[in-house]
Amino acid sequence: MVRALDHHLRPEVKATPFCPGCGHGILLGLILRKIDALEWDIGEMLFVSGIGCAAWIPSPNYLADTLHTLHGRAVAFATGAKLANPALKVMVISGDGDLASIGGNHLIHAARRGIDLTVVCANNQIYGMTGGQVAPTTPKGSRTATTADGNPYPPFDLCKLVKAAGATYVARGSVLRPRQLMDEIGKALTTPSFSFVEVLSPCPTQYGRRNRLDTPAAAMDEIRDHCRVRVEAGEAGSCAADMLLLGEYGDG
Amino acid sequence: MPYSTIPTGVPAGQRYMSGNEAAAEAAIAAGCRFYAGYPITPSSEIMDNLSRLLPAHDGAFIQMEDEIGSISAVAGASWSGAKAMTATSGPGLSLMQECLGYAVFTETPLVVIDVQRAGPSTGQATKVGGGDVMTVKYGSHGDYQVVAFAPWSVAEMFSLTVEAFNAAEKLRVPAFVLAEEATGHLFERVDTPSEVRVYDRDYRPGEPPFDTPELDGVPSMPRFGQGENLLVTGSTHNGLGFRKVEDPEVHDRLVRRLNRKVLARKDELCRYETHFVDDAKLVVVAYGFTARSALRAVKLARAAGSPVGMLRFVTLWPFCREIVEEIAARDVQFLVPEMNLGQVADLVQAASLGRRVEALGQVNGKTIAPASILQAIEGIL
Repeated sequence: MVRALDHHLRPEVKATPFCPGCGHGILLGLILRKIDALEWDIGEMLFVSGIGCAAWIPSPNYLADTLHTLHGRAVAFATGAKLANPALKVMVISGDGDLASIGGNHLIHAARRGIDLTVVCANNQIYGMTGGQVAPTTPKGSRTATTADGNPYPPFDLCKLVKAAGATYVARGSVLRPRQLMDEIGKALTTPSFSFVEVLSPCPTQYGRRNRLDTPAAAMDEIRDHCRVRVEAGEAGSCAADMLLLGEYGDG
Repeated sequence: MPYSTIPTGVPAGQRYMSGNEAAAEAAIAAGCRFYAGYPITPSSEIMDNLSRLLPAHDGAFIQMEDEIGSISAVAGASWSGAKAMTATSGPGLSLMQECLGYAVFTETPLVVIDVQRAGPSTGQATKVGGGDVMTVKYGSHGDYQVVAFAPWSVAEMFSLTVEAFNAAEKLRVPAFVLAEEATGHLFERVDTPSEVRVYDRDYRPGEPPFDTPELDGVPSMPRFGQGENLLVTGSTHNGLGFRKVEDPEVHDRLVRRLNRKVLARKDELCRYETHFVDDAKLVVVAYGFTARSALRAVKLARAAGSPVGMLRFVTLWPFCREIVEEIAARDVQFLVPEMNLGQVADLVQAASLGRRVEALGQVNGKTIAPASILQAIEGIL
């Protein structure tokens, strides 16, 4: 961990709980770096998470109010916490299965309402904690514990989904492009309405080992090779079906 | 002291109103400043009324996307410092069960008004039922205690809603008003108070928020935004909130304390009324709307010379077993009319010291008529 950010971490926490090669530790640090750069007092923030690997990014690591909730319900808990005390700066950090599968309904309704929450979805494209089952974000064809012959279904495009539901600020980043991601997190935090940042994060342990990407470097290469920023994607702003477009999702 | 007597903030005096309206006003009186809910018959009027009342009292109201979201938002709001509640009926109560367990385990004060309808499943959505007695106590997984009151009148929809908030805040548990459709939709004259005694959560700076030195204690209740850097989790946790999911002693101590903190306060939580039990050979045990019919039947039977009495439970959870045992020490029989197939009758049986307990269950979507209870009394005596 970056020692300069130690004051944002609970002194009792001595290490991250993540597997070797997991991208969530990078995201844990980048969020703190951005909050630090914004000169926000993290002690005045509330971090809400659900259940799963990504839910352990804020809880218990961040030295702030943290609410580790039920599987899928982080956004609903955050909605209540924010409405009951609008002075709180509320950030939800959770995983793709948590926010987009079991909690998908809460996500789109919060986006529709425009309540001032920032939701960061750490997307590792798999259910990591439970042993590598297929997620609603798993690429079509990928092998998982429950799709041995390859995922027969296409994934959600979470950014398009949340944007269509009415979110004010939507962006997709990756832990492999930290400066762009920090910029997006900063814009999301300072958006006075519902904001959403999807963060691609490698999971060599559960996703990688079933898909010939079982070293941290290979899992990172896969994300690098399948993500394009807009300027790289051509003037149409689109990319191949198996590619994910990084950057902000504006109107239209 | 966390208890204080405060103006209700809602109209006082002689009123003609429904049970659901009374519950909504009582929530305001008790200090409730957050409601999240989802429409469901026959509880919806509570939400309708609070959607108007809460903004007028600097509170927040939100209609959520479902009951799971509703109870989750209520728990989140409670940690932000608001007295918070929802109201629902059977299907919604079923959806809320996971989060009710979360509220138990994280010691989150909240109130649920369950206006019961005839189940299982969608059942008779607009008709009265009483089948949720066990659901509120045992519906979520694991071992736990809750508080539940059963109002028999519009006046008690008011007073017991206030008491549910007091119990929830004092014990840091989910507290239920276990009403029935008949009471929620009942219109009758009530005399609402101008002041009520309310309990405001006890925050003791410096104390751990999730444990006490006592094995039956209620910890200090802080809130978000106080600089406490709270660590709230539904996983097994120590007194400071750190996950300790592999420590058998931490889990054992926590689960036992959460049960003990309620059971150790049974004396103050257990409320009941007795009518004519001193000379009774048969005691009718009733609660909620059914107790109205039961009291009528008991009075008619006594007028005809039958030695009948009545015990009315106002508190259903924790179950007031001791009063049943006290009555059962005499030579009596019990009759338990209820709008389910014997949920409380089984509890009475277990406390009856071997006395005869007759269950009079009715599950046809109608309230139990005094004549039905009178007939059962005559059949026994």
